[in-house]
Parts: sequence; C-alpha cells; structure tokens
Amino acid sequence: MSKTMPETPLLDQLESGPWPSFVTGLKRLANDEGKPYADYVKSLLGQLEHSYETRKGYWKGGTVGVFGYGAGVIPRFSEIADKFPESSEFHTLRIMPAPGFFYDTKTLRAMTDAWAEHGSGLIALHGQSGDIMLQGCRTDQVQPVWDKINEMGFDMGGAGAGVRTSAACIGPARCEQSCYDTLGAMKSIINDFTDDIHRPSLPYKLKFKFSGCANDCANATQRSDVAVIGTWRDDMQVNQDEVKAKVAQIGRKEFINQVIRMCPTQALALNDDDTLDVDNKSCVRCMHCINVATKALKPGKDRGITILVGGKRTLKIGDLMGTVVVPFMKLETEEDFEQLVDLAHRMLDFFADNALEHERTGEMIERIGLINYLEGLDLPIDPNMVVQPRTNCYVRTDGWDDEVRKWNERNSAAAE
Amino acid sequence: MSALRQPVESGVMDAKTFMHPTLKKNYGHWAWHDRPRPGVLRHVAESGDTVWTVKAGTQRQMDVYTIKTLCDIADEFCDGYIRFTIRSAVEFMTTDEAKVDPLIARLEAAGFPVGGTGNSVGFISHTQGWLHCDIPGTDASGVVKALMDQLVDDFKNEDMPNRVKITTSCCQINCGGQGDIAVNIQHTKPPVINHDLVAGVCERPSVIARCPVAAIRPALVNGKPSLEVDEKKCVCCGACFPPCPPMQINDPVNSKIAIWVGGKHSSTRSRPMFHKLVAAGLPNNAPRWPEVAEVVKNILHTYRDNARSWERMGEWIERIGWPRFFELTKLPFTKYHLDTWRGGRSNLNASAHLHF
Ligand code: HEM
Ligand code: SF4
Ligand code: SF4
Ligand code: SF4
Ligand code: SF4
Repeated sequence: MSKTMPETPLLDQLESGPWPSFVTGLKRLANDEGKPYADYVKSLLGQLEHSYETRKGYWKGGTVGVFGYGAGVIPRFSEIADKFPESSEFHTLRIMPAPGFFYDTKTLRAMTDAWAEHGSGLIALHGQSGDIMLQGCRTDQVQPVWDKINEMGFDMGGAGAGVRTSAACIGPARCEQSCYDTLGAMKSIINDFTDDIHRPSLPYKLKFKFSGCANDCANATQRSDVAVIGTWRDDMQVNQDEVKAKVAQIGRKEFINQVIRMCPTQALALNDDDTLDVDNKSCVRCMHCINVATKALKPGKDRGITILVGGKRTLKIGDLMGTVVVPFMKLETEEDFEQLVDLAHRMLDFFADNALEHERTGEMIERIGLINYLEGLDLPIDPNMVVQPRTNCYVRTDGWDDEVRKWNERNSAAAE
Repeated sequence: MSALRQPVESGVMDAKTFMHPTLKKNYGHWAWHDRPRPGVLRHVAESGDTVWTVKAGTQRQMDVYTIKTLCDIADEFCDGYIRFTIRSAVEFMTTDEAKVDPLIARLEAAGFPVGGTGNSVGFISHTQGWLHCDIPGTDASGVVKALMDQLVDDFKNEDMPNRVKITTSCCQINCGGQGDIAVNIQHTKPPVINHDLVAGVCERPSVIARCPVAAIRPALVNGKPSLEVDEKKCVCCGACFPPCPPMQINDPVNSKIAIWVGGKHSSTRSRPMFHKLVAAGLPNNAPRWPEVAEVVKNILHTYRDNARSWERMGEWIERIGWPRFFELTKLPFTKYHLDTWRGGRSNLNASAHLHF
C-alpha cells in the first residue's frame, strides 16, 4: 500500500515563481505511484518540511561504500527515522563526469533509468566538487546501482582525505581563449591518481582544477590546491583591422574607457589611426582586453600553463588564494603532459609527507614557508612568485653568495 | 550471493566521448565568439564552422523527469548532445541558426529560463543544505530558488557592468566559494554541547585540534569524559561540529545569515579577491528568506546603477571606496566589519587616503 503524501505547506511556497523548482521535481517523484522511489521521496519530503519548520538539519554520516573502494559514497542516515522511516537511509554516490560536463542523451537517459530503478530519482548536475551527485540511495541499493553506472564507463569521485574529483573549463572544445587543453590535462591527472581518489590516505583533501586562461572559469585559483591556468609568453596577437572596426563600433571614448583604461598595467594605448599599441612587456596576461575585443585580440602563440598552489576556504587558518609556484610551463607534447603528471605526483608526495593531519597544502606552505616547498619539489624560484620582495629584515642571510651563484648559473644556462 | 564485482578503475572518460561532432572537429581551433542575444553564444571556428549555444537555468537538484525533458529537447534540436556548466546551467548547441529561436521557445515553455551569458547574474552556485548535508545551518536549494525567482530578469538580460557570480553556503565551511555576492550562514552563539553523547561518538583530541582559536578543552562532566568551550574565545565557526555532532552549533534563531561582497576568482584586470563582510544578523527565514533577498537586490542594483563597464563588484567598490559603498547601499557599518583575524591588519587603512 502506498503512503499518503505528507503535508508540506512551507515547501509548497517554493513551487511558485519563474525559476525551476526542485520541490516540484521531488513531488513528481513522490507522486509517481508504483515506482520504487515514490514512498521513499514522500518520506524525504516529510523530513525536509520538518527541517523547514524547525530550521535544523537531520542527517548524520556513517560508513557505506562499494566493494573495492574506500571513498565516493556519502552516507546519510536520518536522525529522525522514527518519524520518517522510509527515507532513513539516503546516501549519495559521487560519480565523475567526462571533463567539461559533456553528455549524449543516450548516456544520460541510461543513467537516469538506473537511478530510477535503484535510487530516489534525484540527481544534482553537478555538485560543487564537479561530480554527478546521485542523491538518495538505500544501503542495499548502493552496490547494484554502482555496478550499472561503472559498467557504463563512469568511475566514482573522491571524498575524504584523498585526491578529489576535478573540474575544467570548456577550454579548447569551444573557447578560442584557451591556452592549453584543459580537458585533456584534467583527464591525464585524474586518471593517474585514481588510487588516491578511491583509497584516500592523505592528511586532507587535494584538489586540482583547470582553467584555460586568467578568466579562470573553473574557479581554480581559490577553489583548488593546485590550479592550472593557461597563459602565453610571446606577444599577444592583434588584428588591427578588427581593432579599428571595434573602435568604429563602440566609439573612441568607449573603447578607451572599456579597454585602454581598464588594463591593470597600463600596457595599452590607442594610436592616432585607431590601431592598438600593446606594451607586451608590461602586459600581465589578465585577458581583459581580449575579452572585450574578442575578434581583434588573441593570446600569443607560445602558450602554456601557470601553476598556482594553495587555494582553499576558511578552515582552519583563514582563506587562501593559490600563489604561483610555476610561472610557465609548456603543455603541448605528450612529454609535457608526462612532466605535469610527474610534478603533480611530487606535489602529492610532498603533501603526504609534510602536512599535519587535516592541513591543506596552502596551510602547510604557510607553516613551512614557500621556499621549503619549492626546494622539496625542486622548483626554481622566480620573481613572478611574489607581489613584492620581503619587507621584513628579520631573516638570516649568510647563504646570500651561494644563492646569487645559483641565480647566475641558472640565468647563464637559460641564455645558452 | 555471487562474489562482489571488482570496480573498473577507469577514471574520467575522454571529454570527446560525448562531444558534439562540430566541437570535436574544431577542437582547439576556435576563432572568435559573440552573443547575438542574451542567453545565446555564437562560436565561430577557424574552419568557418559555427556553433550556437543556448544556455538555460535549471534547478540543479533534478528529478529524472526533468533530466528526461532536457534530453528530449537535446534530441529534438541538438543531435542528442547536451552539456552542463560549472554553475549547473544547461547548454544546448546547434550548428543550425534556424533552430535557435524555436529552441529558446521550447526551453522557456518547459520552464527553463534562457540567460546567464555575458554580463548577467549567473545561476547561484550552491550546495546541499537540509536536503542532504550532515551539518547545514540552512537549506541551499530553497535559498537559491527563492533568490533566483527574484533575480530571474537579471539572469535573462545582460544589464550588469560585468558578470555577477552569486554563491550560497549553508555552513561556514562555504562550499559555495567566493562570490561577487556570497550568502552564507553565520553562527552567533557557541555550540551547545550534548555531554551525554560526546564520550560515545567523538574522538576528543581531533575535535580539540579542529578549533581555529583553541577554545575547546577536555573536561569531565558528570563523571564522564566530555569537552568544554571557552565561550569568550569561541568565534562560533562551527568547525567542531562535523567531527563531533554533539557540539550543536546550528540554532533556529541564532544561526543567522551574512552577506559578503566583492569576491572574484578570475585574474582578469585585478587579482583574485576574497569577498568581504557587509551585512549580518539576517534571519534564517525559510521558506523564502525575504530579508536576504532584499539585501542582495539592494547591493546588486546599486552595483548595476553605479559601476563602470567591466568593473566586477569588488573592483567597483575598490574604486569608489567603502564609505561610498555603505552610503549608497545604506547598510550600517559596525565594529564587526573590522577584521580581527590574523593578517587582518592589512585590511585597515594605513594611509591618509580618505573618502568624503
Ligand atoms: C565561451 C566561453 C567563455 C568565455 C569567453 C568566458 C568569459 C569569462 C570572463 C571574461 C570572465 C571574467 C570576468 C571578469 O572578471 O571580468 C569569466 C569568469 C567566469 N566564468 Fe566564464 N567564460 C566562458 C565560459 C564559462 C563557462 C562555460 C562557465 C561555467 C558556468 C563559466 C564560469 C565562469 C565563472 C564561475 C567565472 C568567475 C570567476 C570569478 O569569480 O571571477 N565561464 N568568464
Ligand atoms: S577560463 Fe578562459 S579558456 Fe577557459 S572557458 Fe573561461 S575564458 Fe575560456
Ligand atoms: S591582457 Fe590584460 S594586462 Fe595584458 S594588455 Fe590586455 S588588459 Fe592589459
Ligand atoms: S556549505 Fe556546509 S552545510 Fe552546506 S553543503 Fe557545504 S558543508 Fe554542508
Ligand atoms: S565553534 Fe569554532 S571556535 Fe567555537 S569551539 Fe567550535 S571550533 Fe572552536
């Protein structure tokens, strides 16, 4: 016999209005009589309404997993199962999508069918982690639905103190501004770290994210421990006819306001004939002028990546942005990709060996000092790593001559 | 029962597995793009191939029928290809310009607002909340639904000086991340400890280690090992709650909502910025959080009316100065706006630069 629909006067108020309503979606599932999830979702709606009444959450964690993996299922048991027994177990499976969140409808339909058979019928596309979140599964259904999803070719995402699911901007698939293959780089890294994703044993989480340029559409700089961001070394490409066309289109004053004046390093000037003068030595590759004058301007041709390390949110020492540890690296050939994966492994190993429990990479670096991190990874120091040099004299400098020698040797080697 | 199946540890698939053939063909060879109208992107490849992308909002937490509706639309207009953005918008791509208007009409008719491109208010990046997280102080989907209902015109049009990325977080861990406007839970009272449970479920040293201000001490309560909180030190962050659920931080009245502004991930023009506290003490007023929506709309529209083209929220405020921001938005400036955390001194005005 099927359950009656719970009264949800508070949630009902989230059904009106122009934005698509998740409540309407949940009710659609709850009213889908005869389906295995109908009573399950009725019960869930009851608990959610109760949360809206009391303004408290009622889920607790636990231990649920799939055979062979130590992470990827987020267990949820209800603390008020006596009131809402059918949804007493409501676990989430984190599944990694293809980089760039691409699907064909055949695959997406097959996934929803499997989920309708075994789970709640509720899917978040996507979690902040970058995962497909299959939300709401009883313990005994976790393994069967995982088997089906895994056989479709999808693997489980990360959770806990391990390497996490990654995210990349759309990059070369559809963005002319992309300075490297963000989607390919994400695959190279993630697929080399599956063991650290599925069997977490690090001090805390480690996230990689990939953006094709400084616009950082993947939010890598702050939202990942290792942010890989596209850039270029040579001069930006300028199509002066298109510059003139843009000036003609929006007017000289607006062009100056929107492009010239907004350059953070005053690297731009408008010539008397409405062509653009670019001081490429001053340009910091911020992308602004290229964004505004997309047809006229492009990144240069000698492209590669910048790596920033240490981004994270507040807990525990406060928010940190990633900072530069590799100013430039080519990422074109198979060898380049191997080098990136190798560097990522050294980053993980150093983190595993040196971070305290529950410490993120950024906090570890703050504690030990950037130079120890760089030396541990064998990364050469570079003035691009600082906004300004030290302002405090409390430092012992008796190794100065050695350091000068190293710097000179490196520079003369580079000049050869 | 048969032997358990070993997982196929395949990692992620190749991105091209599900990519529209025109995207595959022109991979890495796009020439330029523009936006023929809000909600639509046109990308032109070096080969001359052109792809129109129609972008629409979703509820993110979707029932299978909603996903099937999206699939039907993709089958009808886009050769069966579909993609989602990092902020849970859905993108439909076609090489046939004639399909764009009918596609938009079909999406709107099915209840998916078309927009979120260029200088619009994008979909709010958010998390799980009461629906699924084990530590939330508020809901996520509900807050976002309530806000997007009010911001839908700002989503559908490109009337902002630059992109506006709004985020929400239902605890101070802040899954939502930095935002031009961030709507986050802010607890105002120390955790209330359920001493009967601590001994049973919590690993006391790791809870003590988690506290950012070392406010937690081991204690014997009624003869049983438990914990105590130095309430003068406690910053009400809730960090002790995930490892120790008896440290009850969530409170229907005292868990408030705070609004932060001017966060930015991009290095475009200015360096990335953290968002800054501007308003707090707003009630966690489910199901529609009207007080939060008022403050968000006030800030958003003040920004829209005052910022110069391409200034992100944080850049605009840097130019006009904080006195002017508080004056324009009529938000009160309090002692809580002074940063007291380590490194917070760099947020003070160490100059004779003043705004009047
Ligand atoms: C056609 C490809 C795209 C272009 C040309 C583009 C352009 C830009 C630009 C110009 C910015 C920086 C805005 C500024 O600070 O001035 C930006 C930021 C951003 N974009 Fe995109 N974008 C694209 C695709 C996407 C997609 C598909 C998403 C996913 C929904 C996305 C998400 C974001 C986010 C989250 C940021 C903000 C980072 C921050 O907070 O600063 N972008 N994008
Ligand atoms: S980060 Fe740059 S390359 Fe990537 S989608 Fe955004 S604008 Fe394009
Ligand atoms: S990319 Fe940025 S820094 Fe470089 S010239 Fe353009 S606006 Fe200036
Ligand atoms: S922000 Fe906090 S409460 Fe919300 S989903 Fe993330 S961890 Fe859970
Ligand atoms: S709420 Fe935060 S500051 Fe207060 S005791 Fe818990 S961890 Fe420490």
